Amino acid sequence: MPTVAEALTPAAAPARPSVLPSLLPFLGILGLAALLPLSGNEYWAMIGTRAAIYWVLVSGLNLVVGYAGQLAIGWVALLALGAYTASVLAAGNLGGAPWPAFLATAAAGLVGAAAGVVVGSPALRLRTFYFAMTTLGFATIVTQVALAWQDVTGGGIGLPGPAFPAPFDTAWGFYYLCLGLAALCTWMAGNAARSRFGRALVAVRDAEVAAEANGISKPRLLVTVFVFAGATAGVAGSLFAGLQTYITPEAFSFDLSLLFFISILIGGRGSILGPLLGTVILTLLPEIAAPLAAWSTALYAALLLLIVLAIPGGIAALLDFRNRRPLESNRAIATRPALLGALLPEERRRGEGLALRGIVLAFGGVRAIDGLDIDVHPGEVHGLIGPNGSGKTTTLNVISGYYRPQQGTLALGGAPLPAGAPTLRAAHGIARTFQTPRVVGEESVLDNVMLGGTVEGRAGFAEALLALPRQRREERAMRERALAALRVVGLESLAEARADRLQHSELRFVEIARALALRPAFLLLDEPAAGLSTEEIRRLGALIRAIARQGTAVLLVEHHADLIFDICDRVTVLNLGRVLAAGTPAEIRSHKEVVSAYLGG
Amino acid sequence: MLASILASGLAMGAIYALIGITYNTMFATSRVMSFTAGQLGMLGGVLGSLFMLRWGLPPVLALPLTLAAAALFGVVTEFVAVRPVLKSLEQHLYVLSTLAVALLVQQVVAIEWSTEPQPFPRLLGIGSGVWDEKYWLPVAACAATVLGLEYLYRRTLVGRAFVAVAEDNYAARALGLPERNLRIASYALAGAVGALAGFAGGQLLLAFVANGPLLNFYGFIPVALGGLGNNRGAVIGGLALGLFQQAANFLAGGIFASVAVFSLFIVVLLAAPQGLFGAPAARRV
Repeated sequence: MPTVAEALTPAAAPARPSVLPSLLPFLGILGLAALLPLSGNEYWAMIGTRAAIYWVLVSGLNLVVGYAGQLAIGWVALLALGAYTASVLAAGNLGGAPWPAFLATAAAGLVGAAAGVVVGSPALRLRTFYFAMTTLGFATIVTQVALAWQDVTGGGIGLPGPAFPAPFDTAWGFYYLCLGLAALCTWMAGNAARSRFGRALVAVRDAEVAAEANGISKPRLLVTVFVFAGATAGVAGSLFAGLQTYITPEAFSFDLSLLFFISILIGGRGSILGPLLGTVILTLLPEIAAPLAAWSTALYAALLLLIVLAIPGGIAALLDFRNRRPLESNRAIATRPALLGALLPEERRRGEGLALRGIVLAFGGVRAIDGLDIDVHPGEVHGLIGPNGSGKTTTLNVISGYYRPQQGTLALGGAPLPAGAPTLRAAHGIARTFQTPRVVGEESVLDNVMLGGTVEGRAGFAEALLALPRQRREERAMRERALAALRVVGLESLAEARADRLQHSELRFVEIARALALRPAFLLLDEPAAGLSTEEIRRLGALIRAIARQGTAVLLVEHHADLIFDICDRVTVLNLGRVLAAGTPAEIRSHKEVVSAYLGG
Repeated sequence: MLASILASGLAMGAIYALIGITYNTMFATSRVMSFTAGQLGMLGGVLGSLFMLRWGLPPVLALPLTLAAAALFGVVTEFVAVRPVLKSLEQHLYVLSTLAVALLVQQVVAIEWSTEPQPFPRLLGIGSGVWDEKYWLPVAACAATVLGLEYLYRRTLVGRAFVAVAEDNYAARALGLPERNLRIASYALAGAVGALAGFAGGQLLLAFVANGPLLNFYGFIPVALGGLGNNRGAVIGGLALGLFQQAANFLAGGIFASVAVFSLFIVVLLAAPQGLFGAPAARRV
């Protein structure tokens, strides 16, 4: 089959893009920063060092705020914690010998990582504003404890920061140390952002339900990035203390927290370059506009308001030239079912059926599903029809684990499938689409489709951070497979476009491509034909048939009776949560009750 | 000591409860949690001190002036920070826009007024010891506000319209209720309630710019404990918080009290994210 795939691959299909153009701005900034000593002014060394340290923290926080969308406005708490950890250890205030500065910095990173989980974990349970408030509370508490714990922290008087050894003991030496760490953090954050973890974070932010269906567990993911963001903040704290040479609780004001937070928003969500520029700009702003220094908080606040109201996309949106080019206006979706063979090889796991037995699900007094038995077999398209409110989508939601039925069992090839637990479905090869497409609008179409392969990633977060070989290999494979899925649905020419620029009908096919990227054994389609043109419905039907022929079990909820009777091998008609009739399309079409209740005479 | 714990605990609790009601009043018509709630309390103290001590106005004039100014600030908040982001409520942009407005106000006050606590005058000169007016005034203000709001919501047409919008925005609009005007009115009302908290508690909290973030946090705790939009929950939560905080303050010292309050807050929130009197979240799929 690969030969067919190659032959049918249009020339326009994006190959692996060269990474150089996207790297150029970073290299430019690094080059400029490396030339800063030419100014010969040590005051600039201090400003530059400060910007680099802030970026070390922001690079991690950006994954929390910009990617995962968690409003952690009190992250200065971790900077303070890192600064005090390093300073106290370097001074030997806890007893024992004074630690060397670099060892103290590493310890600050570890403490920061642990504290990042503590400060971040409320996000797993709380709503946005609540979480923002708890991080604020942490910021207040840390400074208060620093004030009160005088024996160790020196209270309001403070204590000296760690002194870094030569060659980092001069202004420019320390500057290069911080710049080097900042570059390292940029590289790691960029690696993480472009990995399946980065895609999963954005999915959790913008399409949480779809993220779950693709096997992404929000708690695990968030804890992972909180560890990273805490560690970079801890290291930044140690460097900060080294730069200040002397730290007091006052140094860790809420204004500083605000600077970090607003840098990310000014930079734009889901970008590395934007927040980097934001951090540099906000660090420089009070220096350039000296008379405004007293008003710096007001300035940040005004900027924040401006960004939120006028350019919610931030700097990143301003710099996103590629997505300003108009898309081709006369687009047609040209599905290519023939290419499915390359995507869904025959040797995949198959021969397992999905069986629902005696499912009962009630919302309050309403029995949405009332004793339902359904069998979905591999290689078959199983249609699920019925009037509105008959329990079709609810059935899909029970299978995908969003609802936990009060009675009844789910079984997959004879083995019981646990009720609830939507994030475990993808690992069982169950993929689905939604009635209203749930895609991540701010990501490219290709990234959206690659989300479907998330569950098969084996490389861990550390491997992703460092772009180790296994991670790179998996990423390449996932990308190839996503492109193959896009070719099947005929959208490969839009792979690099932002998903929110696509038409509704195209988004339906993007969702199908995402589901195919999982190479599903079961495909649940929730009204895939809604909003499509007649021609598109015809192509969709052929595609669904082809998917089933590759051995996938398809459960199709649909209102278009023609489509159902055309492509289904088996049809179940629901009414009021019960099976009204089940059988082949021909049997259903002549079933008296169905005709009178649903199809119309 | 028990008497002073009770007196200061109830007084602080009443202030926190009023800020909680401020949050709730804004939330009810807009589904927005606004960072300006605490700043309104701060403004109540600062404006009261400005009008009475710097301008020499009598309390009878200063109180309505303070409330009116704060109500105006509430309306400005609605126009600047709330209305523009209502369209995309699920993106939580309001957290950022209201934070920005709150910070702007705070910085203006810090520079134009003072960063140090300034005195707030005695208002009536009634009572001493634990019966001093500085303890019972906030409690009285809180009681008056709760009774006034109950009367408004239950007995008046405007109040019922408020409740209707709070219950179901779409349905209320479909019935022809002037949803936008009601929202503006609720922000004005919230401004007055918040400022009343700062004014009545002025002798305890003083006219101090740092009260803004402080009240923001401590006023939010009753909301979190009592459940969003639940005023009775906010009053119970506020009084409980005030008593707990003051008891910890007297028994173990200020820092321990803040740590204890914060830890308790986190634990309760994690155990019951909807608050102790709140309703569970809606379906997502």
